[in-house]
Amino acid sequence: MMSEQEENKKATLKIYRTNYNKNESSYYDEFEVPVNRWTTVLDALLHVKSYSDSSVGIRYSCRMASCGSCGMKINGRPSLACYTKISELNKDVIVCEPLSNFPRIRDLVTDFSQFFGHHKKMEPFIHNEKVSLDIKDKDDLVEFEQSPKEVDDYLQFSYCIKCGLCYSACPTVATDSSFPGPQALSQAYRYVADNRDNDKKTRFNIIDERHGIWRCHFAGSCSVVCPKGVDPALGIQLLKGHMMGFSKNDKKVANLRAKNKE
Amino acid sequence: MALLKLRESQIMKIHYLTGIVALFAVAIHILFRLIMPFGQSLLYQNVISNYHNIFYALLLESILILISIHGFNGLRIILVELKQSPRWESTITILVLISMIGIIAYGTRTIVIASGL
Repeated sequence: MMSEQEENKKATLKIYRTNYNKNESSYYDEFEVPVNRWTTVLDALLHVKSYSDSSVGIRYSCRMASCGSCGMKINGRPSLACYTKISELNKDVIVCEPLSNFPRIRDLVTDFSQFFGHHKKMEPFIHNEKVSLDIKDKDDLVEFEQSPKEVDDYLQFSYCIKCGLCYSACPTVATDSSFPGPQALSQAYRYVADNRDNDKKTRFNIIDERHGIWRCHFAGSCSVVCPKGVDPALGIQLLKGHMMGFSKNDKKVANLRAKNKE
Repeated sequence: MALLKLRESQIMKIHYLTGIVALFAVAIHILFRLIMPFGQSLLYQNVISNYHNIFYALLLESILILISIHGFNGLRIILVELKQSPRWESTITILVLISMIGIIAYGTRTIVIASGL
């Protein structure tokens, strides 16, 4: 049973408002919302949209931290709105702002084109010249065999949902927009560590440039904010090791770190 | 220019290597201050006699080269991140290379003069 105090609990939602298409200057709107133990920031925002101001701009979809659509800065920290409970923030005022390092569109909605562009640039698919990419040659199709241990080598990096929180938290991206960012680089490592992929050279050429992997200064904030427990900073350091030729133990390290996180 | 065409991974290998080797070279340089009381080791005659020791002069020269390469590449990295245009990157690389060669040349001149070679 809920106590009366719990039933009447309220929090103030302070939402960043602007419309860049209309050159509006930014301001904050405040809304009071009812809060329960299980109320997430997304629930509160949807409450505002339903009962206070339907014009609040947010992007969301699955409501269960699977799609990565509702990324925003909550009390200054990049977080998924659907995965952040208001009761766990221990604050009466919840400040919602758009993600940093992304071009802003309206209110809490940001433009992901550049972010996805970096991801696409990494060619996030298996390169294997032994296998034909032409789906018409069905006779040439072969099975990619992989043991569970080989899957473990890159598994944690494949949990990425492309929510952009790591990109938003990265201090290098803040000053260097050509830097691919933690998400794209950890995905590059995900395919380098995959034993079905046999074209490391192509991927190394993509990231081994002036604004490439070497601009990561290992702040580690990407790994701190990841809602899926991925450690992009580790992936980047392992990838650097590969490029420097110290790659013998990187898979062991990745396994150990993944096990420690469990 | 071959130096401008180096891949970033090759430059970073040089960067890390010069950093690590410089640590050891500077450690030996500091240890030289401990073979006699610190104040005494910095007396004019002692400093000049150190320079006349060919191995010590070579150590100083190697520190000068290692620190210059490592430090100026660090500066290049900071400056390259400020702006994203190939022209800016090439200009910065050339300016940093010229400054590095200038510093090494001037330092080498000092070492050569002091060592009386």
